[in-house]
Parts: sequence; structure tokens; C-alpha cells
Amino acid sequence: MKRLLDIALPLIVAMLVLGAWQWAVAHWQVPVYVLPGPSAIAKAFADNFSSLMAALLSTLTVTVEAFLAACVLGITTAIAFSQSRLLERTFYPYAVILQVTPVVAIAPLILIWVGFERINLALVIIATIVAFFPILAGATLGLKSADFNLVDLTRLYGASRAQVLWRVRLPTALPYLLSGMKTAGGLALIGAVVAEFVAGSGTATGLAWRIVESGNRLEIATLFAALGLLALTGVLIFAALSLLEWLLLRRWHESALSRPS
Amino acid sequence: MITAKGIGKRFANGTEALRDLSFSVAEGEFVSLLGPSGCGKSTALRLVAGLLEPDAGHLRFPHDRPEIGFVFQEPTLMPWADALTNTRLPLDLKRVARGDGNARAAAALARVGLKGFERAFPRELSGGMKMRVSLARALAAQPKLLLLDEPFAALDEITRNALGDDLLRLWKEDGLTVLFVTHSVGESSYLSQRVLVMTPRPGRIAEDIALPFGRDSRLSPATIEAQRVISGALNTAMAA
Repeated sequence: MKRLLDIALPLIVAMLVLGAWQWAVAHWQVPVYVLPGPSAIAKAFADNFSSLMAALLSTLTVTVEAFLAACVLGITTAIAFSQSRLLERTFYPYAVILQVTPVVAIAPLILIWVGFERINLALVIIATIVAFFPILAGATLGLKSADFNLVDLTRLYGASRAQVLWRVRLPTALPYLLSGMKTAGGLALIGAVVAEFVAGSGTATGLAWRIVESGNRLEIATLFAALGLLALTGVLIFAALSLLEWLLLRRWHESALSRPS
Repeated sequence: MITAKGIGKRFANGTEALRDLSFSVAEGEFVSLLGPSGCGKSTALRLVAGLLEPDAGHLRFPHDRPEIGFVFQEPTLMPWADALTNTRLPLDLKRVARGDGNARAAAALARVGLKGFERAFPRELSGGMKMRVSLARALAAQPKLLLLDEPFAALDEITRNALGDDLLRLWKEDGLTVLFVTHSVGESSYLSQRVLVMTPRPGRIAEDIALPFGRDSRLSPATIEAQRVISGALNTAMAA
């Protein structure tokens, strides 16, 4: 029953909002180039289905590649930090600088350095920079959170650093890492969209570009369709990573356990 | 089995935990280290285990440091692993073959009364059962020396007594040497052959009390008498 309500309640709200929206634009005769109704957006989506899907595939490819690159880089860097305090002290401030510098400000530089002929690589690099930090921060905190006594116990049995890392530190870090990955998934998508915006016309072919192009042509219904698709993609990425988190933690971690009733 | 002479230990924050700590434990003996909270009992145990290095004095073993089993105050289990995997940890670290490791871990779990709980995760076990897994893990590597750091302090009395009896049985069966840190006079008087009473920090041995045989129950006259002697020594050590 609770599950059903979890699905039904947001759906009912969506239906009410869409209904009110449709009624309002018809009632006040709002021009379609200002605010199209849901039916006009649905029609634009159907009319442009194949081109929107191609754009989605392009953005999604950049997002997934950036997310995977951020995972590899973030986890590897966090492992290096966990093995050497000196490394962490030396390089962590630079990771923070990278995080706090607006990506829009450095994106043009990356585009110039990588070159417009390799636009997809540039987009992936920009989106990776955006997604990298939550994974690094989560994994670094997690690797440091291992139970001191458990680490001592492994030392007592002659464990190597690699064994301590593999058997104690990485499993301890998993919930922190997965939390960072959930944030990073959304950020990779945002990074991909921002990168496409900065790349501008004639190069990028993703959803962000469709939004810019539709805005320029006053095809606001298509713009809304692309926007909806983008939001839906973000939700699906979050849901997929939440599912992964549940699958990996469901047997042992408090966050994934249901309280006995 | 262990000879500690003139051990001193000061931590980086300036706390002097131990000063001139000297004691010995013979092979097969069950010895309790008893003292007030913060007197350096756990530090002494960690020094024996080799997890800390002394600043002064020395620790000697007849040969190399023997195979050690260690039980902490908390169960210190891996929450992501089931009871069998937790128990197998020392064997995995020593790269014992998986099949052999599983058999030895299952046998250790059976010895502490957890047969049938091999696949249970720590969250599915009670506090006493978790401590039994911790004990099984310490036994799985077939140690010669078992070090226990107030292992039953967080448990209720019924569970504490049951685990104490199990510990005595395992000690007798395996011929282990046991160094048992506690702040419970009752526990030390019933379980051990000898009680080393420590002073407040910086800890050293204030009294070495050999207990008579015949303490076959917690309420036997011999046990009660032992408690009286140990309490007296503890009070003197605290006042010193």
C-alpha cells in the first residue's frame, strides 16, 4: 500500500499540474512561443522524436563517459591519499580549487586546448571535472573511516597494505563512495550540458544544443520537450545509482535496512 | 611465555600511560590484568601484541612473538561480511586456502556455540553472539597466546557469565596462555590463576596475586575469598 502511494501521489500531482497548465494556456490564450501547453509539447516531442533521441544519446554518452572517468580518477586519487598523508596534504587543496572554480570559466580553455575537432573529448573532460570532486571527497572520507581496531587486527595477522585496503578500507568506504557517486551522476549530466552550451553551435549535438537551437528559433514546445527529456534523464541516473547502492548495501548497512516493525 | 621488564610508554599527546611495568606470564597460564579505567591496561596489552612499541624497557618471548589471538572490548567485526567470513579473516590474511579456511572458521564458530549462524551478518546477531564471533575469529588462527581487552564489559551479566565459562573451557581444551584485561574484580577472581593489580596512570604492577585452586563456581567460598583479597589490593593500589 505504501509503495503504491509512493508512486500514485506524485503521479496525481503531475496530472493536476499538467491539467491546470493546459487549461490556463487555453483560457488566457497564451502564445505558443511564450508558453506552450502540455499537449503542444507532447506533439513537438512526437514530431522530433528521432532527432531528440539522437541528441539524448549524444548527451548521455558524454555523461556516462565522464561519470566513469570521474569514478576511476576519484577512487584512484582517494586511494593514493589514503596511503600517503603527504600526498593528501600536497594535492587535496588543488582538488578543492578545481571544485570551486566555475566550470563555465575554464570550459573555453579546455575547448581551445583539446580542439574543436575533438569536441566530444573536450565535453567529457569538462563534465569529468564537474563530477570528480564528490567521488574524491566521499571515497577519501570513507577510506579514512575504517575501524582502527579492525585495522590493528589485520596488522596483528601480518596483513600487507594492499590487504588492509582491499579487506577493510574499501568495504568501509563503499557507502560514502556510493553517496558521492549519486551526487556525481547528476553533476556529470549538468557538466555535459554546460559543456555543450559553452561549445556552442556547429559542434555539439546533444540536448543542450537542441535547447539553444530551439530557443533561437522560438520553437518553445521543442525546447520544453528537450528540457523534460533532460530532467527525466537526471532522474533515471539518480534512480539507477540508488538501485546500485541498495543492491550493494542491502544486507548490512543501516542506510539500506528497513527498521523492524 | 611473556616477560615484561621496566616497560614505559608515553603517547604523543604527553600522556604517560605506563612507567616501569614489569610482569611475567608462564606458558598455559590464565592471568588477569586488573586496574581502574585509564591505568594503561589496554596499552600494556597492545604492547604485548606488538601493536605499540615501548619507549623504555623490553618485552621478551622465549622464541619469536607467538601466534596471537586478540579480542577487543567491542566485537570489531566487519559489518559487510557474514560470521564465517569474519571468523576466516586471520586465515584469509595468511592466505590459507579458501576451503581449509572455511572448515577451520566453521569449526571455531561451532566451538563458541554458533553452529548454524555461519551465514548470519553481524546486524542479525545479538551483542553476546557478536562477541562469540570475535572469540571464534581469535581462535581460528590457532593462537598460542590469547589477549583479551575487557571483552565482556559491554554485555549483560547472564551473557558475560556464559562467555566467561566458555572462555575457561576453551583455555583448558587448547592449553592456551591467556592475558585478560578487566576492571571487574568478580571476573578476575573467577577466571584467572593469577591477578596483576595495576596502579592508576602511569600504570605499573602494584600487586601480583596468585589465586588458590578450587574456585569451581562464582559463589564458592574460595572465589569470594579471592574477591576479598583482590579488592583489598585494588584499594591499596588506588590509594597509593
